[in-house]
Amino acid sequence: MSQLLDRLNFFASKETESFSGGHGVTTHEDRSWEDGYRKRWQHDKIVRSTHGANCTGSCSWKIYVKNGIVTWETQQTDYPRTRPDLPNHEPRGCSRGASYSWYMYSGNRVKYPLVRSHLLRLWREARKSMSPVAAWKSIVQDPKKRASYVKKRGLGGFVRADWNEVSEIVAAANAYTAKEYGPDRVMGFSPIPAMSMVSYAAGSRYLSLLGGVCMSFYDWYCDLPPASPQTWGEQTDVPESADWYNSGFLMLWGSNVPQTRTPDAHFYTEARYRGTKSVVVSPDYSEAAKFSDMWLHPKQGTDSALAMALGHVILREFHLDRQAEYFQSYVRQYTDMPMLVRLVKRDGRYIPERLVRASDFADALGQENNPEWKTVAIDENTNEIVVPRGSVGFRWGEDGKWNLEEKDAEGRDISLKLTFIQDVDHDDVADVDFPYFGNREHDHFEGTDHPDVLTRKVPVRVVKLKEGEALVATVFDLFVANYGLDRGLGGENVAKSYDEPHPYTPAWAEKITGVPAEQIITVAREFAANAEKTQGKSMVILGAGLNHWYHMDMNYRGIINMLVMCGCIGQSGGGWSHYVGQEKLRPQTGWLPLAFALDWNRPPRHMNSTSFWYAHTDQWRYETLGVDEIISPTAPEGPWDGALIDYNVRAERMGWLPSAPQLQTNPLEVARQAEAAGKDPKDYVVEGLKSGDLKMSCEDPDNPLNWPRNLFVWRSNLLGSSGKGHEYFLKHLLGTSHGVMGKDLGDAGGKKPQEVVWHDDAPEGKLDLLVTLDFRMSTTCVYSDIVLPTATWYEKNDLNTSDMHPFIHPLSAATDPVWECRSDWEIYKTIARKFSEVAPEVLGVEKDVVLVPIQHDTPAEIAQALDVKDWKKGETEPVPGKTMPQIAVVERDYPNLYKRFTALGPLLDKLGNGGKGIGWNTGHEVELLRDLNGTVQEEGPTKGLAKIDSDIDATEVILMLAPETNGEVAVKAWDALSKVTGRDHTHLAIPKEDEKIRFRDIVAQPRKIISSPTWSGLESEKVCYNAGYTNVHELIPWRTLTGRQQLYQDHLWMRAFGEALCVYRPPIDTKTVKPVIDQKKNGKPQVVLNFITPHQKWGIHSTYTDNLMMLTLNRGGPVVWISEVDAAKAGIEDNDWIEAYNANGALVARAVVSQRMKEGTIFMYHAQEKIVNVPGAETTGQRGGIHNSVTRTVLKPTHMIGGYAQQAYGFNYYGTVGANRDEFVIVRKLEKVDWLDEPATAGKEAAE
Amino acid sequence: MPLQLHNFLFGIYPYIALAVLAVGSIIRYDRDPYTWRAGSSQLLRRRQLIVGSVLFHVGVLIIFFGHLVGLLTPVAVFHALGLSNTFKQIMAMTVGGIAGVMALIGATLLLHRRLYDPRIRRASSFSDNMILILLYIQLLLGLGTIFVSAQHLDGEEMLRLMAWAQGIFTFDLNAPSYIVDVSPVFKLHLFLGLTIFLLFPFTRLVHMLSVPVRYLWRSGYQIVRTRKPAARG
Repeated sequence: MSQLLDRLNFFASKETESFSGGHGVTTHEDRSWEDGYRKRWQHDKIVRSTHGANCTGSCSWKIYVKNGIVTWETQQTDYPRTRPDLPNHEPRGCSRGASYSWYMYSGNRVKYPLVRSHLLRLWREARKSMSPVAAWKSIVQDPKKRASYVKKRGLGGFVRADWNEVSEIVAAANAYTAKEYGPDRVMGFSPIPAMSMVSYAAGSRYLSLLGGVCMSFYDWYCDLPPASPQTWGEQTDVPESADWYNSGFLMLWGSNVPQTRTPDAHFYTEARYRGTKSVVVSPDYSEAAKFSDMWLHPKQGTDSALAMALGHVILREFHLDRQAEYFQSYVRQYTDMPMLVRLVKRDGRYIPERLVRASDFADALGQENNPEWKTVAIDENTNEIVVPRGSVGFRWGEDGKWNLEEKDAEGRDISLKLTFIQDVDHDDVADVDFPYFGNREHDHFEGTDHPDVLTRKVPVRVVKLKEGEALVATVFDLFVANYGLDRGLGGENVAKSYDEPHPYTPAWAEKITGVPAEQIITVAREFAANAEKTQGKSMVILGAGLNHWYHMDMNYRGIINMLVMCGCIGQSGGGWSHYVGQEKLRPQTGWLPLAFALDWNRPPRHMNSTSFWYAHTDQWRYETLGVDEIISPTAPEGPWDGALIDYNVRAERMGWLPSAPQLQTNPLEVARQAEAAGKDPKDYVVEGLKSGDLKMSCEDPDNPLNWPRNLFVWRSNLLGSSGKGHEYFLKHLLGTSHGVMGKDLGDAGGKKPQEVVWHDDAPEGKLDLLVTLDFRMSTTCVYSDIVLPTATWYEKNDLNTSDMHPFIHPLSAATDPVWECRSDWEIYKTIARKFSEVAPEVLGVEKDVVLVPIQHDTPAEIAQALDVKDWKKGETEPVPGKTMPQIAVVERDYPNLYKRFTALGPLLDKLGNGGKGIGWNTGHEVELLRDLNGTVQEEGPTKGLAKIDSDIDATEVILMLAPETNGEVAVKAWDALSKVTGRDHTHLAIPKEDEKIRFRDIVAQPRKIISSPTWSGLESEKVCYNAGYTNVHELIPWRTLTGRQQLYQDHLWMRAFGEALCVYRPPIDTKTVKPVIDQKKNGKPQVVLNFITPHQKWGIHSTYTDNLMMLTLNRGGPVVWISEVDAAKAGIEDNDWIEAYNANGALVARAVVSQRMKEGTIFMYHAQEKIVNVPGAETTGQRGGIHNSVTRTVLKPTHMIGGYAQQAYGFNYYGTVGANRDEFVIVRKLEKVDWLDEPATAGKEAAE
Repeated sequence: MPLQLHNFLFGIYPYIALAVLAVGSIIRYDRDPYTWRAGSSQLLRRRQLIVGSVLFHVGVLIIFFGHLVGLLTPVAVFHALGLSNTFKQIMAMTVGGIAGVMALIGATLLLHRRLYDPRIRRASSFSDNMILILLYIQLLLGLGTIFVSAQHLDGEEMLRLMAWAQGIFTFDLNAPSYIVDVSPVFKLHLFLGLTIFLLFPFTRLVHMLSVPVRYLWRSGYQIVRTRKPAARG
């Protein structure tokens, strides 16, 4: 009753029992106080949700709600079970996810719509007398008014506005931009749809209806490994983490599983208990290294040298001195190794050219359909040249022969010859030239003094082609020669033993990488021996550690080669496990129509972000890498001059890469002009481009007509995390204070690009409006003009999948969004509704001319078979979709944009649905959606269509249309593929034909997805999901030129840049240290270190790095890691504040001095945000900077290739990638820690 | 000082202070048991705490019991024991003086630590700071009375204060009149003492009431609380 009275019991019996010999007593004290602790853990309900942080974890969580407040979260444990011999998936979760609910009620939560005060004042003033679009026009057309808020970006000064007002500003800006410059000047950046599909789709659906541009992310993040599309025609298909358990030999190469794949790490531990051998390759002593049986620590950036040496040993012992039967039959059937390559003569020696095609022969070897796209080989049985099935020529224009059966085009059984090494098999032995890059000068990387060109002996045959006799060799023979193996043919540059110094022996690799040769030999032997015994159960887990180098393709292809020569790809427990980013959008084909409004108009506008940011943040103006530094000494004839951006312009012109903005003229205006001229818009554009009346925007990115004007950022922290060349973003795109210290090509007197107009005065502040949607005040929000408060991951309904497990599961709303927050879906609905109200002031129903690059997985992908021809130079005619981008005309109904946004459009009924080259009728699903979601009752263009009103409606659209979540569609999809391959695949889905996964099902429990031809793995009761499984076991070709795993890349540009075959290429020299070193001394000793930005332990990208709990677990602000040796050189002690800088900018952080680090490197875990505990940098005078303040992205021409089977563009599939790991910085102790917290002065006036 | 004010401060205010102390403590103990604690800051910083705290607590405890016995024991008892007023006065000054200096040194250390150690300062509430400052002043005043008492070695002032204190507890309506003429230092000291009583339930001082002295004689170190309801009676 009362705490006190209950204790006043002096007369009560105090008899107690004692136990343990009197050391313990039992008392009768009041225990009601314990309820306080019980109530602490009581709650009103538990809701299932997850975290959309792009960590790939995709863990399902229990969210606890008490009194309407989310109080904490714990891991769900109800994943569907696996098989008896396999551990289950849980526990899945980590400390970062467990701290998420902190954000919801933290001071960092964005609670109201916020607008930069200068802008809002101008807007309210203008709106007094003007309509919305006119008001916006009056602000941005007045340079003074525009500058008054543009120059204040990042300097504070947000004020609250209400949703009505703020959505009107955004809508008016979009409408004005579409009218004045074109809808393709309205850009949207949002990454990784798999982490919250509906939220992504909300913005992309709005932009796609508007004609705006959705920007890619996977390539920009540099998570996209270009080696994957090059080899497999597939972008990142990988094993689920459960399959690690099936592996017999597991290499972790530059991947730190316990730290960055925490929820999956238990499978690694469990695999070790099962007896799996593990080797970890990592320059630092990482958390993964402690799991290993052997830790190899090569010098950072030399991984391809190590991989080549491992391959050297494997080839020697398993393919040459002894032919492992499994390996030989695997490479014969599943790789391009038997295919013939033409050799061309130069300087008395030979250079490997392109793969021989059926069309090279007088009778095209009997092929009428696409003979230019059918590769050839020699049949062992008949010793004749045959056209094996499966090459891309069989994929398009004919049915039933696109498969990997060992048959030729006519259906005869064949067995392909791998090598001409036997005396009877070759006509001659030719001297063939291979490029060598390992001798290039680099201040920080060891090289050897071999010549630029390594000539080696290759057995060849003479064949009679249309053009006369030619020498040909098999890919296998070239491949082996490239590895520097002596096959008894004699000659230079080949090794008989592992001790010889030639590339690529273990002894050679020891010099480059520092890894002892005997360790290389051991690992190679055991890796291959395990694969031979287990039929391919050797696996490599790799990731960002390798992929962020400029020459990431070489690191990757070196490893892929090892896996392929050991028959590991497509085998359970084996293969290529590239985990960087949560890119596996499992119900992709169901999601695409919703996300890109394909139900209303096709095609959507897409842009590859790396090229876009490179151009529009003007990083190209500071380019230091010359083409002469990366071109191959064996490059075919050609000018090979110009700057990197010139190659990008050529690629856009030839239809290889997308363009946005596209044309200097407003595309709505182009359509109008064509109509006025009485011409088909397609012809009008072709003629205009040819005559020069129309210009592509990429040729003049600094012209105000070509600037991107409006930018939406949502689900992203572009400026705090992924924005490589951060300071260039600030300077040129945003036009605010920045820390760029280098000079551009104009000031530095460098060689300027040829294809691009040079303006002496670089633009500063290209964007009129930057709108960011976020739940927390991120670095990007700080630099935005408008910040919209969005729902957290516990306040909305959405879908989530990952490549780490085979489940689909939801985000669901535990509580309503707090304060004035709204879900992304509702925010874009709000903007769409306002846009439809505002737009009629200037826009009606319009025709929009859309330029589309030549797309992978479409019939157009076989566009430019044998050569590269630029129409601008008169080398060929401009033919849309063939030699230049495809041109389409799309109708935009601007006044009805909102109605279209919220209804499922008619094109799905009319055109069906599909993906990755196959299509199917989806009428039944659309009908079911009408029944499920209800139909629009309101009069108008959408009456009678299925509603997509709420976020749950949107999830149902995805789930209903996707084969992965609707068994009926899966059967249809497999059936469609069966027609092309001529083999019945429907058995993979028929057992699940009646299964339809709905939103409420996954709220109840995560569900396993259904196998679909969108992916190359199976989700079944028998095998774990593993990439390439259906290629190997269902004989479905890879979507490459040869239809096989393509190890020889024969495109002209690949050959020109020396990457037809994998070679070792040292990191590039970005030349950012010399221009600034010793310019701004502070009296402290300094060191120059390689700047590495791995994934961290206390955050996932920038999420959680501002979270109090994670800050408390680490050091509460930005940190870098350096070795004890480097720290001693620079007089730095642990926890000292340091500055790291180069020509790109500067950053400050505390130093963690650790034995773990390799000398010569500095780690800055990426994306530590600028908003928490960051003082000023001495060199720039600006606040600290982020990890990307010292980086600048550099393009690689081979990533621009297009119109060429697997090397054709796809959104987030192929394209330039934002490499940043070759960068060096000067590191020194800060003289004075300046927090820049003095009051704003006149010069630095905040936006009040 | 006007007589009315004097009568209020030393005739009525003591009852208010003691009533608030008793009722306030009971209510706090009942309503907010989890706030009933010493509020130790030892986790934040040990420096200065151990020496300061031990000196302060030992000193204050001696003073506290000295006052309790000295003020509330009837004079007759002392006389019966053969202790003269002068002896008592001198003993009070000596023992009180030594203990007071100990407590003052301790309090100085603690106050310095509380105000100038940034971690402690951030973790301190208004009441934490206030009560420590009040105790500090009270110690100074208490030591200040020694100089007055030194001029009255006959114990006259002391006897008046004893009469007053005993009067308060015996509801003697004339109690305030016994100390009308005592030195202002005593009056200030008394007033502040009463005020500390008044504030007692609202501060960390409540830990005085729950010092776990029972630990000294309880048996067994593993306690199991039975689920059976406590047997009553």
